[in-house]
Amino acid sequence: MIKVQNLKKSFGALEVLKDINVEIKQQEVVCVIGPSGSGKSTFLRCLNLLESITDGKVYIKGIDITDKKTDINQLRTDVGMVFQQFNLFPHKTVLENIMLSPMKVRKWNKQKAADKAHELLAKVGLSEKAGVYPGSLSGGQKQRVAIARALAMEPEIMLFDEPTSALDPEMVGEVLEVMKQLAKEGMTMIVVTHEMGFAREVGDRVIFMDEGFVVEEDEPKKLFEAPSHERTKAFLSKIL
Amino acid sequence: MNFRFDLLMDYAPFFLKGTLYTIGFSLAGILIGTIFGLLIGLGKLSPYKIVRLPLDWYVTFFRGTPFFVQILLIYFGVVPLILGDSNAIFAGVLGLSLNAAAYIAEIFRAGIQSIEKGQMEASRSLGMNYYESMRYVILPQAVKRMIPPLGNEFIVLIKESSILAIIAAPELMYWGRAMQGQYYRVWEPYLAVALIYLVLTLTVSTVLNYIERRWATE
Ligand SMILES: Nc1ncnc2c1ncn2[C@@H]1O[C@H](COP(=O)(O)OP(=O)(O)OP(=O)(O)O)[C@@H](O)[C@H]1O
Ligand SMILES: [Mg+2]
Repeated sequence: MIKVQNLKKSFGALEVLKDINVEIKQQEVVCVIGPSGSGKSTFLRCLNLLESITDGKVYIKGIDITDKKTDINQLRTDVGMVFQQFNLFPHKTVLENIMLSPMKVRKWNKQKAADKAHELLAKVGLSEKAGVYPGSLSGGQKQRVAIARALAMEPEIMLFDEPTSALDPEMVGEVLEVMKQLAKEGMTMIVVTHEMGFAREVGDRVIFMDEGFVVEEDEPKKLFEAPSHERTKAFLSKIL
Repeated sequence: MNFRFDLLMDYAPFFLKGTLYTIGFSLAGILIGTIFGLLIGLGKLSPYKIVRLPLDWYVTFFRGTPFFVQILLIYFGVVPLILGDSNAIFAGVLGLSLNAAAYIAEIFRAGIQSIEKGQMEASRSLGMNYYESMRYVILPQAVKRMIPPLGNEFIVLIKESSILAIIAAPELMYWGRAMQGQYYRVWEPYLAVALIYLVLTLTVSTVLNYIERRWATE
């Protein structure tokens, strides 16, 4: 599904990703962990080209996304993204937030987009919030709307960048629950997270990144209980 | 000193005409200036230096020199080049529009840049292209933030349009000076003119406050 070969990314002189090689299969749930500044967000953002790729290759569904001829907007409809800060559109209602892109990009008519939006709101448990503006939602509700909005494009891959880090602790659960459900339905997911419980329970694989490298990757259980690298051990001992 | 209301009454029709011209000049300036300003503002966000550079010069020139100088250049220089002869109305509208466009371009740029980066990223990540994202996500939010500074610019234009008196455009200030010349009176024409400007600017700012308050509660 996703194949990353020798991916490098620099911001000016600062090399943030230094040779990433990862392969992710369909329906796999991969969690990415690592210290702050290790390049986790940058890695995720390279996968839907929110960051330009400095060097290396990324294939999504066999398509080379670093090829200039690849239609970026087409690619992005297949790769949903959920941000730490939700980034809902404040001038649109919850329903309009979800309907906007299917109508403008997929050219769905209003009825079809609204039906889909209602279906997704039910799925994330927010049917009663369809008509309100994002400003009146709690953090957990905002993030669930953001997930529904991304799902409206019917992506095959979902990227999550610390989806629960900006939430009050009591709201983390409701968002993780939605993500678990998504994983169960077979969504291919890459999740940058500090939620080790989620990684352990839902993740098929955990990738530990440090200083722009993938230091270690393994099944969650193995990586958490018997990490083979010193740096992984040191990181885990700090957060567990 | 005795205040000659009777002279003012004689001049009232001219002041009325001048007021209408002042409103007309300011409205034309803000409308044309907004259209030019939007285009210049968007152009200034362009990734291409060759587009940005001349626009930067334009904005720097019109914001960095007095309107007094600009209007003389336009009236005596630019307009005769275009029309073959000069025309105070045309020069006035052109001068105010070009001047306002420079300020409004900055208002647009600042408004667009005040929208959090995450909005564009979320929009792009959903598959919308740059123009769709601008049109449906960024601009609707930015325009709301642009209304107060645009209103201020309108008030500035109402006052700046008085400089058009120097090219004999028949706006309010022109008639104030005419009355002074005719009767050798100072207080009557200039207090009357000041009062009318005050009514115009206060009206605009009241309307603006009302719009802002309505949006704030929305
Ligand atoms: N747009 C940018 N311009 C310059 N440097 C950047 C940019 N974005 C990220 N960086 C730098 O790249 C490095 C990696 O950042 P990144 O956000 O990928 O880390 P992260 O692992 O996601 O960290 P965190 O856990 O804090 O979110 C950091 O040193 C950061 O300062
Ligand atoms: Mg990050």
